[in-house]
Amino acid sequence: MTDALQQVPLAGQAGVLSPPQRGLLRRYPMVVLGALVFAVILLITLAAPWLASQDPQEIDPIARLRPPSAEHLLGTDALGRDVWSRTIYGGRISLMVGLVVGLLASALGLTIGLVSGYSRVADAIVMRVMDGLMSIPAILLAIALMSVTRASIFTVIIAITVVEIPRVVRLVRSVVLTLREQTYVEAAVIAGTRPARIVFKHILPNTLAPLIVQTTYICAAAMLVESILSFLGAGTPPEVPSWGNIMAEGRTFFQIAPWLILSPGLLLGATVLAVNLVGDGLRGALDPRIARRM
Amino acid sequence: MYGYLARRILATLPVLGIVAIVVFAILHLSPGDPAALIAGDHATPQQIAEVRSKLGLDRPLYEQFAVWLGSLASGDLGVSIFSNQPVTRLLAQRMEPTISLTITTTIVMVLLAVPIGVIAAWRADTWIDHAVMTLAVLGFSLPIFVVAYLLIYGLAMTWDFFPVQGYAPLRDGVGAWANHLVLPSLTLGLSFMALIARITRASMLEVLSQDYIRTARSKGLGPRQLLIDHALANAAVPIVTIIGVGVALLLGGVVVTESVFAIPGIGRLVVDAILTRDYPVIQGVLLIFSGVYVVLNLIIDLFYVVLDPRIRY
Repeated sequence: MTDALQQVPLAGQAGVLSPPQRGLLRRYPMVVLGALVFAVILLITLAAPWLASQDPQEIDPIARLRPPSAEHLLGTDALGRDVWSRTIYGGRISLMVGLVVGLLASALGLTIGLVSGYSRVADAIVMRVMDGLMSIPAILLAIALMSVTRASIFTVIIAITVVEIPRVVRLVRSVVLTLREQTYVEAAVIAGTRPARIVFKHILPNTLAPLIVQTTYICAAAMLVESILSFLGAGTPPEVPSWGNIMAEGRTFFQIAPWLILSPGLLLGATVLAVNLVGDGLRGALDPRIARRM
Repeated sequence: MYGYLARRILATLPVLGIVAIVVFAILHLSPGDPAALIAGDHATPQQIAEVRSKLGLDRPLYEQFAVWLGSLASGDLGVSIFSNQPVTRLLAQRMEPTISLTITTTIVMVLLAVPIGVIAAWRADTWIDHAVMTLAVLGFSLPIFVVAYLLIYGLAMTWDFFPVQGYAPLRDGVGAWANHLVLPSLTLGLSFMALIARITRASMLEVLSQDYIRTARSKGLGPRQLLIDHALANAAVPIVTIIGVGVALLLGGVVVTESVFAIPGIGRLVVDAILTRDYPVIQGVLLIFSGVYVVLNLIIDLFYVVLDPRIRY
C-alpha cells in the first residue's frame, strides 16, 4: 500500500514553510508516541527472562485453558502453558523478524534500485522482474516460498524479504530517476565525475530519507506477514512461541479461551500501529510537502 | 487513445510472462528436491524416483518449463497431487465464494473509507480528523485474523447476530448468502479501508483548497452540497484509482479471511494445498490471483484515461 501512497502526492504543488522550532513532542506527537510504545514493547520482550512468571514451554496439564488471573496474568493455553510468558518471549521473534526484514529488504532493494535507476540496460530487466513479483499478492508469494522450504525463522525472514524487495526497488529507482535529471548531477557528469562517485556521493544520500520511511513500513508489514504465515501453518516452526504461533494454537479454543488470540494479537497490533505512526510521522518530518496532504 | 490502449494491453504480456517464470522457479529452483517434497517425509528413495519420473522432474529444466508453459497456454493447470482432479476444475468449484467475498468487501470498504476520508478532510487537523484517521490505521495495523476474531467475539458470539463461520451459496437465497458474508466483508473492509480513506482525505484537501470551492462556499452552499457535489466529484479520479489498488491488495487478505471463516473459496484451497504440499494447486492459485491483479491494474490505468479528460496519451 505504501508505494501507492507515495506516488500520488508527487503531483502536489503546496509549498509549506518549515514549521517554527518547537519541542519535538509538540511538533511530532505521533512519532514520539509511536516510538515510545515501540520502545516499551521492545524492552518488555528483551526483559522477558525477568518478567516471565514461568518458562514459556513449561507444561502444566492441570491448569489448562485457565482465564487470566493473578497467577497467570493472561491465562493459560491448552497445554497449561503461561500465555503471558509465551507472549513476551514470542514478541522477540516477531520484532526480530520485523527488524531484520526491514533492514535486509532495504539494503538489497537500495542496491538493486540504484543500479536499476542508473543503468538503462539493467533497468529494463530488473523492473520487469519486479513488476512480475509485485503482481503476486504478497501473502500468497510468501506462502508459496515457505511451502518449498523447511520452515525455520531464517526461511520466514528470507521469504518476507523477497516479497518486500520490489517495493524498495521501485521507490529507490523513482528517486534516482528524478535526481538524475537534476542540474547538480548534470554538473557533476560534465565535470567528469566517475559514475560510481556520482551514485554514492550525490544520489545515494538523497534516497535515504524516503528509504527510512519505507523501512519502517516494511518492518510493520513484515511483522504482520509473519503472524499470518504462522497462523496459516506456513510460518515459523510450531515449537517456537512467536505471536503468530500462539494465535494459531488458540484458534480451536477461541470460543472458550479468547485470550489466547487476543493477547498476542492486540500486542502485535499495538506494535505495528506504533511503527506505522513512526513511519507516518517521519514522512511528515522528512518531507513536509507531503505531510500536509497526507 | 486507441494506440495507448493497445500499448497498455501489450505491456501486460511480459509481466504475465515473468509471473509464469517466477511461479515455475519457486518450485524448481528452491533448495531441496521437489520430488522429495511432494513424495512426503516418509517416502523411500524408490517412491521419490517414481514421483520424479511421473511429473517429468528428471528432464532438463528448460524442457520442463516449455512443457508447463505449453499446457498453460491451452488452459491446463495440471492435476492436483492430493485429489487427482484437474486444478482448473478445483478453481472453478471454489470461484463463487471468493468472487462474492471480494465484491461485498469492496462495497463495505468504500462505504467505510470514503465517508471517513471526506469527514477527515472537512475537519482537517482537528481531533475528529486525528481520531478517524488513527482508527483507519488501526484497522490496517491489526492482523486480519485478529480483526476477524474481534468481530466474531463482538457480533457473533455475544449477540448472536451473524453466523460465526461458513458460506451459503447464492442459489440458496440472497438472504443467507449476504448474512454469511457480513462478518468476512467487514473484517476485510476494516483491514483495508485505511488506504482509501487516506487518499480520499488527501485528494479532498487538495480540491477543498481550490478557488471554486471558496466561490461555492461564499454563495452560501451547505456542507453537504459543497462536499459531495463540488468537492468529492472532482476528487474522484485518485479515489477510484486507489479503490482499484485496494481490490488488488484484498486478494491476499481473502486467503486469510476465508481460512478464519471457513469459506470454501480459492484462498481456503491454497491454504489446504500448502498443508498437503499440493504444488500444482499452489501454482494454479498463484497464477490466477496474479492474472486478476494484472488485469485489475490494467483496468485502473484505463479508467484513469476515461475519468480524467485532461489525461491524454
